[in-house]
Amino acid sequence: MHAGTSAAPTPQAAPSAAEKRGFYRALVLRRQLILAALTLALFLSLCVDLALGPARFGLDEVIAALVTPEAVSQQARVILWEIRMPVALMALVVGASLSVAGAQMQTILSNPLASPFTLGISAGASFGAALALAFGVAIVPAAVDYVIPINAFVMAMLTAFAIHALSMRRGVTIETIVLLGIAMVFIFNALMALIQFFASQQAVSAVVFWTMGSLTKATWPKLWIALGVLAVVLPLLARHGWALTAMRLGDAKAESLGVKPRALRLEVLVLVSLLAAIAVAFVGTIGFIGLVGPHIARLLLGEDQRFFLPGAALCGALILSVGSVLSKVLIPGTIIPIGIITSLVGIPFFLFLVLSHKKASW
Amino acid sequence: MVTLTLDQLSARYGRRRILAEITTPAFAGGQVVALLGPNAAGKSTLFRRILGLLDGEGEARISGATTERPVAYMPQDTGANAVLTVFESVLLARMQGRSLRVRAEDLSEVERALKDLGIAELGARDIGDLSGGQRQLVGAAQALVQAPEILLLDEPTSALDLHRQISLLSILRRLAREREMLVIAALHDLGHALRFTDQAMVLESGRLVACGPTEQVVTPELLRRVYRVDARIEPCSKGRPQLIVEAAV
Repeated sequence: MHAGTSAAPTPQAAPSAAEKRGFYRALVLRRQLILAALTLALFLSLCVDLALGPARFGLDEVIAALVTPEAVSQQARVILWEIRMPVALMALVVGASLSVAGAQMQTILSNPLASPFTLGISAGASFGAALALAFGVAIVPAAVDYVIPINAFVMAMLTAFAIHALSMRRGVTIETIVLLGIAMVFIFNALMALIQFFASQQAVSAVVFWTMGSLTKATWPKLWIALGVLAVVLPLLARHGWALTAMRLGDAKAESLGVKPRALRLEVLVLVSLLAAIAVAFVGTIGFIGLVGPHIARLLLGEDQRFFLPGAALCGALILSVGSVLSKVLIPGTIIPIGIITSLVGIPFFLFLVLSHKKASW
Repeated sequence: MVTLTLDQLSARYGRRRILAEITTPAFAGGQVVALLGPNAAGKSTLFRRILGLLDGEGEARISGATTERPVAYMPQDTGANAVLTVFESVLLARMQGRSLRVRAEDLSEVERALKDLGIAELGARDIGDLSGGQRQLVGAAQALVQAPEILLLDEPTSALDLHRQISLLSILRRLAREREMLVIAALHDLGHALRFTDQAMVLESGRLVACGPTEQVVTPELLRRVYRVDARIEPCSKGRPQLIVEAAV
């Protein structure tokens, strides 16, 4: 080697180090403020959701009932705490669960269209529920109240495990995993059609209503189960925050940084399948949250998982909570199934996002 | 000081043998080593094998390392469309395996890596907006920010303009000296190898065909045999060896 050949580093019109750090600190602060704003919006939406119904309450009454339940009338307490609260909170928990599931599926599969629905997990759950509704089949013996959700949950998890098992085969790429999910959707759609063909008219109505998705199925015990799963899964995902962020740079780059993409992908797929399966099992098929929630979070907060993960949870929860409000006010006196609302609002909103912010959204 | 010795290192993809019993003397920290060879010679595989990303016989022995993860690797650029700024993408490279809490020291290291590579002004840019060459420099920053004792670079100059090629290789050589870091770079430009590297190892079809001081390794005979080109190596007006390629054989 020959000495004395050094070239000067590329000259920079560089901001000072303090300015660069200032940029990053400002970025972090902005994201923290956005998360705080989403939390505030979520609380407001929850209050409005609680206030609306056949018996209307003012926001001040709702907040009073939340803060000091003994200060309001017994009737208000029963309506707000016993009847509306599980439904309103279920909207938050299910919204957060589906959105987080979609966010991480998109992350690990590098596909903006990955969600519990495109991977067939929701279709599997619908098939499980339909078996119970149409023919009274209980895949696992369970209490009457829980036959439908348990059937839905078991089928959703079986679908997820089938995808995992197939994805473990040699030569299966992440693109193939998405295609396997789409194949699952078609299989379960065909099986659903078969069930509806043989089932009674009444059973078909029940199946159709279930697949529309409805928060009115929520009860306190179901809420605790869904919340418990979310509370366990979120920290497990957060633990992999840096690795999951690195996955968005591609497998080769992530691997070069010490991440084990295949193992991480499988672990995360199991965790988010659990989230999605629980959510769908308790409230039925609620579309587009798993797709729209993560995309909004990505636009607002970028893809650093320290912000993206809580952001996706908050966005999903907020969308479903607002959806719950809309389901009560669009046709006075009628609660429209929430799945219809999220699809009606979600599809145009999603198109708007994709077309107006194409680059930033993925 | 860190050293890296390859001892009978082999690798296979299925039944196909990609690397065959690569054995080298110890490469020491402070040196820049060129990994040379035509396309599909096994250069990237050798890097992946050293990192332990591939199984196989033999061993890549690291001695004298003072950190838990002494090796950083910059793979060939594949592009990325994540919604991350350059600063964040370099930060996440440093934070792998660490807690979610970012300390002031981590931010300083990111700044230093960006500054070392002359791309501090790119910090706030989205990585999806970068040119291929800028992405390559960010890739180098992601490797450097890990404070490696051994730095493996897979074709780090392939997308860079001439100015940035010279600049990057100069910077890497300087950092190797200052930090007693061993740098191994897969290069296609043998002129750069002659100018910027101390040692060279040459792979051909997965076998090590030459290894030693770069000037002794890169010879017209080797170029004809391995690269199938007729070339001369002559001293330039400043006395440095200069590669003059005449024709493909």
